[in-house]
Amino acid sequence: MGGSGQRELEEACLELLRRASTGLPSDVKAGLRRALRSERDPVGRVNLRAILENVEVAEERKVPLCQDTGIPLFYFWMDPSGLNPVRAAARAVRRATQEGLLRPNTVHPLSRRNPGDNLGKELPAVKVLPPRGEGVELAVMLKGAGSENVSRLGMLTPAEGERGLVDFVVGTVREAGGRPCPPVIVGVGVGGTASLSMELAQLSLLRPLPEKHREAPFRRLERELEERINRLGLGPMGLGGRTTCLGVKVEYAHTHTASLPVAVNLLCWAARRFRARLRGGELEWR
Amino acid sequence: MEVKELSLPARRKDVGWLRAGDLLFLTGEVVTARDRAHLRMADLLSRGKELPVDLRDGALYHCGPAVRREGKEWRVLSAGPTTSSRVDPLLPRLLPRLGVRAVIGKGGVGEETKRVMKRMGCVYLAFPGGCGALAARAVKEVRGVHWLDLGQPEAMWVLEVRGLGPLVVAVDPSGRDLYEEVRRRMGA
Ligand code: SF4
Repeated sequence: MGGSGQRELEEACLELLRRASTGLPSDVKAGLRRALRSERDPVGRVNLRAILENVEVAEERKVPLCQDTGIPLFYFWMDPSGLNPVRAAARAVRRATQEGLLRPNTVHPLSRRNPGDNLGKELPAVKVLPPRGEGVELAVMLKGAGSENVSRLGMLTPAEGERGLVDFVVGTVREAGGRPCPPVIVGVGVGGTASLSMELAQLSLLRPLPEKHREAPFRRLERELEERINRLGLGPMGLGGRTTCLGVKVEYAHTHTASLPVAVNLLCWAARRFRARLRGGELEWR
Repeated sequence: MEVKELSLPARRKDVGWLRAGDLLFLTGEVVTARDRAHLRMADLLSRGKELPVDLRDGALYHCGPAVRREGKEWRVLSAGPTTSSRVDPLLPRLLPRLGVRAVIGKGGVGEETKRVMKRMGCVYLAFPGGCGALAARAVKEVRGVHWLDLGQPEAMWVLEVRGLGPLVVAVDPSGRDLYEEVRRRMGA
């Protein structure tokens, strides 16, 4: 693979960042419109209408939807084929920052010094997964601090079981209150180890809203969680209403017989995640 | 739900008619600050130093805007609110010294801050979280920027806004707090 493949990969990353900064994927927009149709609380309705208007304004003016353009997370499903996805992502992040599409957010964790380019040690966050289909599939998610800061890991005991799991997830959303800018998408990772469950929770957020879990027990779990969260009454922005979440996504792994890790990762309504396939130099949106 | 308008600077009597749950559109000058600007304000004031801006009867906006330099001008691209609770511990001492009339943010503030706000006739206004493009559209001019050494989002931006909103009056002058009411209903 020569330089042209690498350049195409960088351009693809940049294009995903541009879309993610200034717009929402269609499943999230549809979810927000559906939420407005069913919301009865007057303050809840004001907030949902503002959100929908904001999306239009951002797309029209090509400016960041939310000023917190977050930390960009990259996913690649590809062969380790001589292309360098980390470098492509890093260069794309720097360019998107220069274009004003990403606010310079990253700082050193202790000195809090801001390098100004959204990069730094271990960044950008890139995950390379085994290839799926032809070419390179890639996804970008912009993860703001408001929703990331209320992530939670619970190392439950097997005895707490599914009941304990549901209470833990619902409690996490309740205690997060308005901080993650509800309505949120709730990502849940069940099983594995502490770090694997966190990873699964984050990965689950890539799944489009209408796509339910492939396995019946987890489909039921997703539905139960969604119902319980939307009965909380927290509402858009934590100011009351029936729309607290747009959906719940669960992913799982087998785990140790003595463990039940449960990880919760919330994605705010500004669910800026886009996915595409790069094939023969062409970008196909998915 | 009533729709109201407010111009800044505002005296205590100008906000007396606001009620929790009202919808508000704001016109005038607002000053942004996040975590680090709050720390610096607190530090300067505790050492008897002056601040670069006068916030008396004005609005403190918990926000770190996304901006772009266009020639000599700054353009605000996106300017929604950030979570107020992170700076809440500093507010009970800071707000009376600043003399602000309104705090704009998201998520609300704690009990002690609310007591102080009630005493000084200061309201808390919730801007819809994440609606940065909507907020930026209401920004008519960047009047100035201070403390850029803290990084672009953490700097203090002085913004002239027209019809900034929809703001929900979340804590009104009587101390009624919408967030608190929602939490109580949830049993949290
Ligand atoms: S939680 Fe999301 S929508 Fe809210 S301010 Fe942060 S990035 Fe924006």
